[in-house]
Amino acid sequence: MNNNQLEQHTYTNESMVYSNQYLTFMLAGEEYGVDILRVQEIKGWNKATVIPNTPEYIKGVINLRGTIVPIVDLRSRFGLENAEYGPTTVVIVLKVVGGDGNRTVGIVVDAVSDVYNVSADEIKQPPDFGRAMSVDFIKGLAAVSEKMVIILDIDHLLNSSVALPLDVSVN
Amino acid sequence: MAKILAVDDSASMRQMVSFTLKGAGFEVVEAVDGQDAFKKAQTEKVNLVLTDVNMPNMDGITLIRQLRTLPNYKFTPMLMLTTESADNKKSEGKAAGATGWLVKPFNPEQLIATIKKVLG
Amino acid sequence: MSIDMSQFHQTFFEESFEGLGVMESGLLNLDVGTADVDVVNAIFRAAHSIKGGAATFGFSSVAGFTHVMETLLDEMRDQRREVAEETVNLLLLSVDCLRDLLVSARDGSPVDAPRVVDIQKKLEDLLSYKKEGGSGVDQHAKVEKEHGKGWNIEFSPYVNMLITGNDPVRMLGELNYLGDMSVKVDVSKMPAFKDINPEECYLSWNISIKTDISSEKISEIFDWVDGECDLKIEQIFTEVDKELIESNGDSSGHINDKIKDDHSHDKPSVEEKKPSSDRRASSGSAENSSIRVSIDKVDDLINMVGELVIIQSMLAQLGKDFDNSQIAMLRDGLSQLERNTRELQESVMRIRMLPISFAFNRFPRMVHDLSKKLGKEIELKMSGESTEMDKTVMEKIGDPLVHLVRNSIDHGIEMPDDRKAAGKPSAGLLHLNAYHKGGNIMIEISDDGGGLNKEKITKKAKDRGLIKEDELLSEEQINDLIFLPGFSTADIVSDVSGRGVGMDVVKRNIHDLGGKIEVVSKEGKGTSFVIRLPLTLAILDGQLVSAGDQIYIVPLVSIIESLQISEKNMSLIAGKAEVYKIRDEYIPIIRLYEAFNIPPKNTNLNGGLLVVVEGDGKKAGILVDDLLDQQQVVIKSLETNFKRVEGVSGATILGDGTVALIMDVSSLIRLSHQASLPGSKTPTFIANGKAA
Repeated sequence: MNNNQLEQHTYTNESMVYSNQYLTFMLAGEEYGVDILRVQEIKGWNKATVIPNTPEYIKGVINLRGTIVPIVDLRSRFGLENAEYGPTTVVIVLKVVGGDGNRTVGIVVDAVSDVYNVSADEIKQPPDFGRAMSVDFIKGLAAVSEKMVIILDIDHLLNSSVALPLDVSVN
Repeated sequence: MAKILAVDDSASMRQMVSFTLKGAGFEVVEAVDGQDAFKKAQTEKVNLVLTDVNMPNMDGITLIRQLRTLPNYKFTPMLMLTTESADNKKSEGKAAGATGWLVKPFNPEQLIATIKKVLG
Repeated sequence: MSIDMSQFHQTFFEESFEGLGVMESGLLNLDVGTADVDVVNAIFRAAHSIKGGAATFGFSSVAGFTHVMETLLDEMRDQRREVAEETVNLLLLSVDCLRDLLVSARDGSPVDAPRVVDIQKKLEDLLSYKKEGGSGVDQHAKVEKEHGKGWNIEFSPYVNMLITGNDPVRMLGELNYLGDMSVKVDVSKMPAFKDINPEECYLSWNISIKTDISSEKISEIFDWVDGECDLKIEQIFTEVDKELIESNGDSSGHINDKIKDDHSHDKPSVEEKKPSSDRRASSGSAENSSIRVSIDKVDDLINMVGELVIIQSMLAQLGKDFDNSQIAMLRDGLSQLERNTRELQESVMRIRMLPISFAFNRFPRMVHDLSKKLGKEIELKMSGESTEMDKTVMEKIGDPLVHLVRNSIDHGIEMPDDRKAAGKPSAGLLHLNAYHKGGNIMIEISDDGGGLNKEKITKKAKDRGLIKEDELLSEEQINDLIFLPGFSTADIVSDVSGRGVGMDVVKRNIHDLGGKIEVVSKEGKGTSFVIRLPLTLAILDGQLVSAGDQIYIVPLVSIIESLQISEKNMSLIAGKAEVYKIRDEYIPIIRLYEAFNIPPKNTNLNGGLLVVVEGDGKKAGILVDDLLDQQQVVIKSLETNFKRVEGVSGATILGDGTVALIMDVSSLIRLSHQASLPGSKTPTFIANGKAA
């Protein structure tokens, strides 16, 4: 190896120390990424038990080895048009950190894509979408292999999805 | 390594004494009352007996009296743990054959110092 | 070497609280008749242990307070003091006080200082009134003369000194440590060699020691052999000192010191401990997050798991080259598995179970105090204390039980004179009983008091508008009225049981635990409350129902009955609310598919299945599509990862691995009372004729 290559090698090692790995998935043609350390597992889609009087994006709950885990349909959550669940439809089970404790929540996505290294400085600030979409959910945008990946802040996204107040008010 | 029989019906005291003495390099046999202690003293020979006075089943003074009847415990040092310097308990103990006493509360250092003095 | 004593603290506190329990039950038993000397001894020992430990581990206020109690108890066990009721009551109060001091020492919570000081003073007053010529302080303490250059010690052990295990070598060794010494041994008492008894001591010593140390320290060394030797400690004076002393006419050439060391009784520094930041003050209740399990239960568990492993490997083996000829073996293995799993489940549940005596134990004291306070005579009988129940259920049933017992004492059992007038013994009987019945635990609280007064109850209910003026109720229904909110027939709301914590709260607490409470009463004879509780909170007996393609679980404990709807009992109120007539009451109908927003299979009420339930005192009928199995289900929390959902109390996992929701009947009934129900439709069925 000549000197240049050595340098490059070292540089890559350094950047590996500071970058995170992200699991990306497809949703309505867009690619989204979540911190891989938060991914507990990936399952195929199985029917969930519906919970009464919950928003449409809450598909219900499933049995994950004895624990009851809620499933959020991201298309619905983002206000995108619903799609038929097909053979590539998967549920990504995530560890969510919140002020009132940690949760396990699953999200339904179209398909799993890849795993990328993205360093912190590669994630750019997203533009303000106004009221079209809350920017809280998004950590930023990253350019990976000439594609744009939307890095999600799953804590914000899922805590708010699960903990929303009920439609029915009770005394 | 000298072996000490520590007798007290209070678990926390037993633990403290045991821990302290083991830390100072002694072997410790624990007993929960006089009866238990008397049995254990016959199963294995100890070099010193350290006993609380007020215990169920057999109190410390009776224990000492009983132990003194055993030939190989005739001259073994036996110390009582008392919480008062009330003379009647001390003299009762001595009459039963106690070597001496330690007044509670004692700190670990005092305990070790006294034991070392007695065991030489 | 310094040892961290805090590692022993937890054990000390655990055993001290146990000791307090021993003291309390011992004292309560003393009250009845003559003093059993063993009991007094046990109480003394408990106090003695607490004091010793507290002093050793540095809890001086606990030690100081306990010391006074112990002194009093010492007198009682030595029969120098009689066991008087006044003494016992004061000691009971002291136990309470000591409990607070221990809690404060453990958690850093503040302590009621005036109360501690007050009780301690009362104890001391009692002691000084019957003082036994004083202990401790020696009147003969001589003043130390510190000047002088050393000591001359004449030490002559008595011939038998060695028998106590004392060895002069030790004392000489200790003296040596204190300063320069020269020793002369006196062998004059040695007998001829053939007459020497090796167990006897014939030697004496004369020791000169140059030291500044006080004679007190010197004589300390010989403390243990006091009375088994002759000891003379003379101060070695310089010439100058001698002159001074003689000129002052001070005659003491010998300072024969036997200064007795005395521990003056510590007045407790009743410090208000500042709560340390990383410890929360405990409520003083018995709740903690650890459990004591008998080794047997653990061994059972291990055995069962062992069997499980065997069955599993057997099934795995079968599965390897399976063909249909092995179906019988497979069935066999599966039924073994079922048996084993059930046994394992029961075994594990038993680990969480403790005898109900833990909950009952507070009552002897409480009944004692309460009956005294109210001037009633009450005999408390407890049976079935060894009946086991889940730890958490037991912790939560405590308050309801207390309320029921207080209620019996306050309102149930009459004053002694009234009882005598009614031909009853002057002492009322309060009976607490617990036993297992059909997978549940039953707790009965019965008294032979005046029973529920039908008239008073009916009148109060009418006054409160809970029932109508001309409503006719069965005796059972009248008695059940006491469970309605806001109901209390106490004329004066006594601070004992009438503080607005009504029977309705008791009923609700029991219901929250998945249980039921019933009352049986005969006027003039007595009242009996019967509580039924599930053996564990984690498992529920449920009725599976279906609505649309969803399956739900209705807790059996909430179901009154299930029936098929018959048109003639249907009614409609104000064109919207559907009701059904059962015997002589009308209950609202809840269409489950509406409440839960499910596409229904059947919207026709006539001939439909109605599950009649009760929640929070209200009844309703739930329309379902189908009634399925009844089974035990394991309750899984919905809130761990999701949130609380109205109408749903939890979830469970069915045999096929899917999740089914467990209905919260009270919440569902509440929901259906809402004026606007999301997705409500006008009923497709309208009764002909019968308007309510």
